[in-house]
Amino acid sequence: MPSELILKYMREEHLPHIWCPGCGHGILMRNVAQAIKNLGIDQEKVCLVSGIGCASRAAGYMDFQTMHTTHGRAIAYATGVKMARPDLEVIVIAGDGDCAAIGGNHLIHAARRNIGITVIVFNNDIYGMTGGQYSPTTPHGEFGTTAPYGNIDRPFDIAVLAAGAGASYVAKGTTYHAQQTIKLIENGIKHKGFSLIDCAGICPTYYGRKNKKGGAVEMMRYQRDNTITVEQAAKMTREEKEGKLILGKIAENDFPEFSDEYQKIIDRLKEGK
Amino acid sequence: MKNKVLMQGNEAVVEGAIKAGMRFFAGYPITPSTEVAEHSALRLPQVGGHFIQMEDEIASMAAVIGASAVGTKSMTATSGPGFSLKQENIGYACITEIPCLIVDVQRSGPSTGLPTSPSQGDVMQARWGTHGDHSIIAIAPSSVAECYHLAIRAFNLAEKYRTPVIFLMDEIVGHLREGIEIDDEAEVEIIERKMKQRPDTLHLPYHVCDGDDVPRFHLTGYDIRYNITGLVHGADGFPSNSNEVADKLITRLMKKIENNVDDIVEVEEKYCEDADTVIVCYGGTARSVMSAVEELRAKGEKVGYFRPITVWPFPEKQLKKLSERVKNIVVAEHNYGQILLEVQRIVKDCKIGFVGKVDGTVITPSEIIKAVEEVK
Amino acid sequence: MTKKLIVNPSWCKGCGICVEFCPKKVLKVVKEKITVVNYDDCIKCGLCELRCPDYAIYIEEVRDEE
Repeated sequence: MPSELILKYMREEHLPHIWCPGCGHGILMRNVAQAIKNLGIDQEKVCLVSGIGCASRAAGYMDFQTMHTTHGRAIAYATGVKMARPDLEVIVIAGDGDCAAIGGNHLIHAARRNIGITVIVFNNDIYGMTGGQYSPTTPHGEFGTTAPYGNIDRPFDIAVLAAGAGASYVAKGTTYHAQQTIKLIENGIKHKGFSLIDCAGICPTYYGRKNKKGGAVEMMRYQRDNTITVEQAAKMTREEKEGKLILGKIAENDFPEFSDEYQKIIDRLKEGK
Repeated sequence: MKNKVLMQGNEAVVEGAIKAGMRFFAGYPITPSTEVAEHSALRLPQVGGHFIQMEDEIASMAAVIGASAVGTKSMTATSGPGFSLKQENIGYACITEIPCLIVDVQRSGPSTGLPTSPSQGDVMQARWGTHGDHSIIAIAPSSVAECYHLAIRAFNLAEKYRTPVIFLMDEIVGHLREGIEIDDEAEVEIIERKMKQRPDTLHLPYHVCDGDDVPRFHLTGYDIRYNITGLVHGADGFPSNSNEVADKLITRLMKKIENNVDDIVEVEEKYCEDADTVIVCYGGTARSVMSAVEELRAKGEKVGYFRPITVWPFPEKQLKKLSERVKNIVVAEHNYGQILLEVQRIVKDCKIGFVGKVDGTVITPSEIIKAVEEVK
Repeated sequence: MTKKLIVNPSWCKGCGICVEFCPKKVLKVVKEKITVVNYDDCIKCGLCELRCPDYAIYIEEVRDEE
């Protein structure tokens, strides 16, 4: 018998999940469930949208209204859901390739519009489902099956990208710091407007193996020993921050929310103005 | 109230769609379809609906499916290059059976082609654009009035058969301005999606009741939580690797249209009763054909036309029957011969002629007359 | 209310994360499955539950019997 949290917020009959031993996605998915539980949101009112990739499989496991859509497009699908049904709490779970490569355009534009959806990125710096190709967040010099001589791309910082595009709530979590990450996800969901929580994942099977980072335990240890707060990061030079993970809120702004703004147009027309 | 209004096809399709209950539009500007988005932006908030200009065509298609999945009749509009971009998500709508309307105002291609010139080069893309076996419905209006009335029909078919419907316009019809009569209070048949009634099947989003062709809907946000996926899925909506489940699902997706062609297919036949030569045409090209046929009839020639209003599924039965009593068939279409392939497949004992065009100009009645004379 | 440590070995994939980060060294992976080897030392902090990717270990609150 699993815990009460899992029984209530996950589809027990579809567990255990397909993720590899030690994959951080299970921990991050539990964080999402815990955050929704803490907020006391009605499960029927949560619409969880995902794309394609390892992270996107979360939609099948979580017990909400779930839509497992096409690669990279979850945010665009979620935009339609939110506009048509502002009463729903719309959450997107996406991987780094899903949301920053093929779906990068949708990410920045949803952030710019500040539409009221929450994007939770399970960011493990690699394409896992297809077997370990480098992604837009794979650090420079690291290896993937399509970067056999080392990655010469420079990576995106998804959180900074989203904040720069106008997302009104942005935070960074890690797999190791579950408690803090749950709180950040809660704040993101509560926030009115476009929120993004970029969660540093761990992929021992592909990323860990390809880059000699050890197994799940070693990768978790690395997160424990190399995470700094937003406040600490603010006082450090770029060189000092090299290889560090950041934990905490990156941006929070009170920008007008898109579907609210649209409703104002509808109301104004109704009044004949 | 009856209103006689002058409008273009691109506006009329929006008015028809709103009459049918469309309350969400997502699109991206592209010639020659842009007026569909512009008119939707103007009209939708007036009726409490929502318009959004997305960042690209892919996103527009995705947003439309998202909105429809949670209960709102939705539409997008595009042209050739954008239609290509939408194809992946159209496939998602096919396999998840989420109804929606995709207006494709065809222009000359491939690629950027001749953006402001008419074409009917997307007919096969409308049928087979997305990958994998799937069924589709495509409707081709020939006048502004048809843009209005057929938009209603297209939404009805989308809801009834839980399928994306392609509204296959072309630059001719899209930018054509005609006077049409719109009766705001007119009683028109509006088909709403069938909702689940039986509590024992409530938890099975893809369960098909006996006598139904498609699963019934349940409004998101109440009582039950579903999974929707583009993976092959069983009645429970969850992914399945079973070959049996895959076969059953894809077969049903094909059959739900195939088994209902009599309900779906609509054709206009004129002067065919005594004709020895019939011209097959659709959409904007049909206008030149109508004029050519009138001219030939005035000269006493026994010529008629056969116009599939529903291009997909193609009116195979009707054309086959007709071909048994005529000698010659001329296909007139604004491409290098796409529906021609269908006609060649179906028609066995007639001489088949063809008039097509890819230079971006309209096929004229005299060119059609020439093709008729050549085939005789 | 009493807290109880519960394991569900059938879901365990043997990654060892819970073992590593248990502050009281209560856990061990035996034959690729989680095992409680030192139950009496468990302080029911729940860190194992928070970091188990497979929901194979958790703390349950049980009502004390009257």
